[in-house]
Amino acid sequence: MNRIVSYFKTFALWELLKGLSVTQKNFFRKSVTLEYPEEKTPQSPRFRGLHALRRYPNGEERCIACKLCEAVCPALAITIESHVGEDGTRRTSRYDIDLFKCIYCGFCEEACPVDAIVETRIHEYHMEAPGENIMTKDKLLAIGEKYDAMISADEAADAKYR
Amino acid sequence: MPELFASLVPAFAQDAWNLLPPLVQYLATVLFKILLVAIVVILIVAFSTYFERKVIGSMQARVGPNRVGPIGLGQPFADVIKLLVKEVIVPAKSNRFLFVIAPLLSLIPALATWAVIPVNDWFVIADINAGLLYVLALTSLGVYGVILAGWATNSKYAFLGAMRSAAQIVAYEIAMGFALVGILMAAGSLNLGEIVRAQEGGLQYWFLWPLLPLFLVYWISGVAETNRAPFDVAEGESEIVAGFHVEYSGVAFALFFLAEYANMVLIASLTAIFFLGGWGSPFEGIAAFERFHDNLFFGWFFAGGFPWLFIKMAFFMYTFFWLRATFPRYRYDQIMRLGWKVFIPVTIVWIAVEGAMAWFEVGPWAGLTG
Repeated sequence: MNRIVSYFKTFALWELLKGLSVTQKNFFRKSVTLEYPEEKTPQSPRFRGLHALRRYPNGEERCIACKLCEAVCPALAITIESHVGEDGTRRTSRYDIDLFKCIYCGFCEEACPVDAIVETRIHEYHMEAPGENIMTKDKLLAIGEKYDAMISADEAADAKYR
Repeated sequence: MPELFASLVPAFAQDAWNLLPPLVQYLATVLFKILLVAIVVILIVAFSTYFERKVIGSMQARVGPNRVGPIGLGQPFADVIKLLVKEVIVPAKSNRFLFVIAPLLSLIPALATWAVIPVNDWFVIADINAGLLYVLALTSLGVYGVILAGWATNSKYAFLGAMRSAAQIVAYEIAMGFALVGILMAAGSLNLGEIVRAQEGGLQYWFLWPLLPLFLVYWISGVAETNRAPFDVAEGESEIVAGFHVEYSGVAFALFFLAEYANMVLIASLTAIFFLGGWGSPFEGIAAFERFHDNLFFGWFFAGGFPWLFIKMAFFMYTFFWLRATFPRYRYDQIMRLGWKVFIPVTIVWIAVEGAMAWFEVGPWAGLTG
């Protein structure tokens, strides 16, 4: 009996019609597309994007050239050279991050004892010429100054989980 | 209706027209008709690519193209312009002449078949009595473009794709031909216009009902003939990259693309003509609507006309896309099994049933033997 039923089902294209009804139901479903440049997904304050170096409110650089970030970086993207500053403190003379090597894991941010290196929420950036992938100390500090408000706000929002 | 258009032309233009020799008049009329049909068909083809991407997008909960022009309507033109400005690369070890001519060979039959397709009661380019044979001949010719493309490319993937396509088209051509024999028996004519007139009188007279198995066989064979999913092993991007058109780029590829969609539009229209009463309206036979038949604006809805053929064609185009969004690709041996061991027996059985019914004068065939 079952064989007879399945024989008729084959000729009535029963399974195919079932499949077609699934796609037809989906046809009337609302689309889930997010039209990117106009619409954006919400971001977490922990988002790990472009890097920045921060300063203290009095303008002093936070970075003390301890090289913990360089040591922890799994992609070897950070290069640091240091010297002794005129006030006798240890300072970086060179702080480069290669964005092509960086995997945006956020370990540098976690390793930093003075919260100098942070990853901001900026993720829409591009390079136009060879060499622009190297973020030098000046560029990182500039980003830190420009987006200081955003970085501080994100840090405050995340503070209770740290 | 032609008289209505004639009355719109100013008198001096009509006088000038009448001064022309009859041969020139005839040629001008035919050329105008060909141009009209070709332009409309190519526009339909262009927008069916857009229609396909929108339909499949909706079925996958996406929005489809919506950037070029309002709701993306400029997309077909953007695609065409992109393909036109790209370089045509001819592989060094290919047969140059055949490589270039193959896309044309697949496009021309798809467009030439429109010569015998009646779009309404009075508009058809060539009202020939062997219309059905002409359609069969030209739709089979299209495969030469595919075979030549695969062979002339001199690449193993292209050749495999072409061979698959050839075997598949030969197999399904037979089932398709047998399905058309059923049409021929039911309509008693090879003229496509006569076939549509045999289905006149509304929904219940369409050949869809008495020939339901043949309709399904014809439609599925049509999908296989055009190498569309789920029968697109000729392209089979997961195994043989793109099949017969791997090495084609730019305009040459655009022609293959155009040919595929032109064939789809053609199969959709032919199915509408053979099984769904062509330009006929499903409400034709209802007496209550007969007073609307002469209405200039919506008379076609009840009396039949070009828009009905277009609606039926659009429905079948939708089904093409619907199938593509639903089914995975057939395995090659399954395609062959379906073609030879299922479709051909089914059509032969139904032709026999039809013959028996005609002999005993049952159903719509009563009187055919007389």
